Amino acid sequence: MAVFSIEGIRIAGISACVPKHVYHNIDYKWISKKEREQLIKVTGVEQRRIADDKTTTSDLCFAAAEKLIAEAAWNKSEIQILVFVSQSRDYPIPSTSCILQDRFGLSKTCITLDINLGCSGYVYGLSVIASMMRCSGIKKGLLLVGDISTKHISYKDKSAFPLFGDAGTATLIENTNKKEKIGFNLQTDGSGFDAIMIPDGGMRNHISKKSFEYKKISPGIIRHNIHLILDGIKIFNFALSEVIPNINVLLTEEKSQLENIDYFIFHQANLLINESLRKKLKLPKEKVPNTIHKFGNTSCASIPLTIVTELKKQVEKEKLNFLLAGYGIGLSWGAVTITMDSIICPDLIEI
Amino acid sequence: MDIKEFILKIEEEFTDLKPGELKPESKFREVFEWNSMNALILIALVSTEYDVTLNAEDLIKSIHVNDIYIIIESRINK
Repeated sequence: MAVFSIEGIRIAGISACVPKHVYHNIDYKWISKKEREQLIKVTGVEQRRIADDKTTTSDLCFAAAEKLIAEAAWNKSEIQILVFVSQSRDYPIPSTSCILQDRFGLSKTCITLDINLGCSGYVYGLSVIASMMRCSGIKKGLLLVGDISTKHISYKDKSAFPLFGDAGTATLIENTNKKEKIGFNLQTDGSGFDAIMIPDGGMRNHISKKSFEYKKISPGIIRHNIHLILDGIKIFNFALSEVIPNINVLLTEEKSQLENIDYFIFHQANLLINESLRKKLKLPKEKVPNTIHKFGNTSCASIPLTIVTELKKQVEKEKLNFLLAGYGIGLSWGAVTITMDSIICPDLIEI
Repeated sequence: MDIKEFILKIEEEFTDLKPGELKPESKFREVFEWNSMNALILIALVSTEYDVTLNAEDLIKSIHVNDIYIIIESRINK
């Protein structure tokens, strides 16, 4: 079991950046007004942010990080590791993290690494950067996590189009050598790889003319093979059956319990999933903030984005115990227990 | 659990239903305006209340409310 803890690493700051353009789902004319109202009620997604065609995920993360590094008054030469978690990289190759090293003006002695994960990406990214910093003794690291998911979705796919929003985030990681621990429980089930996927464009199915042929899948769903497929019921059942056991194992291993956690930050997939998880865990609403209504599903950015927009005042001043849980594409999922104490948290950035 | 309790829970969740409208022998696709959103609501209800997973095939092969109830009953506490 990939249940483990890492000592002496802390989050020093979190920031987030979203595109200015707001899309209101009530204007989604591909489906009837009644369907739109029901969709908003069930999924919770009232509006989302959509990047223009010139903006990349790395642009959003860059803007988030520049402000955060400035507010934390970090010297960029001290940053010796940059991890970029995203499924929407600047180019198929090379890694976006290499490009970002130069763009930030980081040292040539800096480690950079791309991680291709979606909804579980923040918890996985934290585990990778914290492990490498702990092993190497690197003092300061930059975790950039985000996605532009709206470019590979068919407007004529009611099962996917209204759900996703774009966002980029930055997290400053510091090696403190103190005793405080971050706990992780990370899991994978690749048998569900086709529950969320883009079929063509990789080495398994090269892009061809056929990739762009639209197909009617079912009523309200027309898409081609470069578009995202989302099997809602499969994902829904996966989240409802796997997330809670994962959290329970982590808390047991950490000799902790639900009552010790001040805030539970769940990946913002849809409101029905998150409310079902909250009710099953018997958690009060005020301990489980949601941002799905404002930003939709922002993939791996949803956890830090929710902290920035809903808990800025608390994380800037208090010492708080968090449980973070990400779940989705892969299928990949995991939970983290982490204490955040008076971190830097700038206001949400819009570009 | 019994089917009356199950129907009461469905009526609480689907507020468009008139009390007493839904019966064990009701064809749920005809009573509801059945769509993928309603399917998710029903799956969430069954998962939260009974800790039972309904999958897409269960819904496809079920016609009456009672068919779903029988699936839940066969899986509960197992």
